[in-house]
Amino acid sequence: MAAPIAIHLEFGGGAELLFDGVKEHHVTLPSQSEPWDVKQLLVWIQQNLLKERPELFVQGDSVRPGILVLINDADWELMGELDYQLQDQDNVVFISTLHGG
Amino acid sequence: MATEHQKPATQQQQQAGVSSFTLVIYEQENFQGRCHELTGPSNNLQEAGVEKVGSILVLCGPGAKKPGNLQTQRLAMPVLCSSCAEKRAALKRPKTGHSLCKDCFFWAFEEEVHQTIVAAKLFKHGEIVGIAASGGKDSTVLAHVMKLLNERYDYGLELMLLSVDEGITGYRDDSLETVKRNQQQYELPLKIVSYEELYGWTMDAIVKQVGLKNNCTFCGVFRRQALDRGAIMLKVDKICTGHNADDVAETVLMNVLRGDIARLRRCTAISTSSEGDGVVPRCKPLKYAYEKEIVLYAYFKKLDYFSTECIYSPNAYRGYARTFLKDLESVRPSSIIDVIHSGENLSVRDGVKMPVQGTCNRCGYISSQALCKSCVLLEGLNRGLPKLGIGKHHRLHGKILSQQPLTEKEERKLKAVDF
Ligand SMILES: [Zn+2]
Ligand SMILES: [Zn+2]
Ligand SMILES: [Zn+2]
Repeated sequence: MAAPIAIHLEFGGGAELLFDGVKEHHVTLPSQSEPWDVKQLLVWIQQNLLKERPELFVQGDSVRPGILVLINDADWELMGELDYQLQDQDNVVFISTLHGG
Repeated sequence: MATEHQKPATQQQQQAGVSSFTLVIYEQENFQGRCHELTGPSNNLQEAGVEKVGSILVLCGPGAKKPGNLQTQRLAMPVLCSSCAEKRAALKRPKTGHSLCKDCFFWAFEEEVHQTIVAAKLFKHGEIVGIAASGGKDSTVLAHVMKLLNERYDYGLELMLLSVDEGITGYRDDSLETVKRNQQQYELPLKIVSYEELYGWTMDAIVKQVGLKNNCTFCGVFRRQALDRGAIMLKVDKICTGHNADDVAETVLMNVLRGDIARLRRCTAISTSSEGDGVVPRCKPLKYAYEKEIVLYAYFKKLDYFSTECIYSPNAYRGYARTFLKDLESVRPSSIIDVIHSGENLSVRDGVKMPVQGTCNRCGYISSQALCKSCVLLEGLNRGLPKLGIGKHHRLHGKILSQQPLTEKEERKLKAVDF
């Protein structure tokens, strides 16, 4: 069993509008048989945090194209994207690029 | 002891309490390309068949040797910056695929904008340049980079911020607050021109009359002229706007889809020369900057910008073009630049009819018709015939100009508004 982990989530660039306008969330992911990866995190976010219009946040089992993801301040494309295994105290940021400029 | 009977390889892995581990070496960054698994010590990577190292994955823990064991702990090694090879990379550039640290990225981003400005000779020493500022990410990054490059390379430009207040309660109030903070942060003069002072109508009032369906026609047409009028009030020589590579690619697509040849030819141009009285030349210094990089630049630099949907702007058509491009980009990151290049390289066969640019008989602004779009829209609003400017009603321009009354049938057609 993997122990529960506490992580920090941040939504910005307009993505926060899908989460009642709340930008920062401190959450604890429950203990489960395998370690948490980003793919599972997206499912968890959709079930537990997302307030409206999920199609504006997720597409298939990834984020909607146009939403940037940073893991511990680095582009998730450098970190293995959906396969990245979350560690306790990780910081994951979702920024929408789809809102007005 | 049991361990004495075990094979030397296993013994080696268990000595000194070191748990077993496997190194997986990928030839490409981001755990891609050919991979090689190394379980024991290796003095020469080439002997092991490894030609280059892009990323390394360390598998450790008791289950590491069993492939597919989910208990395996994967430790992603930080990717190093491919430019300075010192600091940890912070992003993968969509344009080049390079992994850069924050500082190398800032430098590369700013230098590319500088190269764009120099190559296209966008500015001359001593010019007054108005930065179209909406408080959003693009114009905030534009203002920041223009200010920085003007100092770094001594462009000798007098910069100012130019904003349009459309009169949208909630939306514009907040974004204008952001622009006002930008003014302080960048120490640049700011001029705000409002739809109300220019046209006598706020967007809120327009929406009340025309409904949500057609309001973007008004928004776009009025904003374009408002910037020009503001620029003239400020005696600005040029306006620069925050249009980025994604915006330009989107516009190329939309013009292709609509078959709008005249716009298709113009929309990839990095600058417009003055097209007549009342029109200030415009340019797009961020034309080749990807949206992803603009957003990350703003994020890593902690720039203050405002992001929300324009409450009156469903603009579905652009939305579809946008989503389509983003989907393409996720499969092939160079798609955005590719679409721009396609637009730039399209040539129009001789003999294709182009609308002739003239000027509006009422206000003097450029127009291919007797009345410019914004005068037609205003006339419609003021007469309570909001549909006048929506769709094609060129035949009526003569009547409006000479103030002839419209027939009952004409009036009826222009009044109906579907919400
Ligand atoms: Zn670097
Ligand atoms: Zn609009
Ligand atoms: Zn006019």
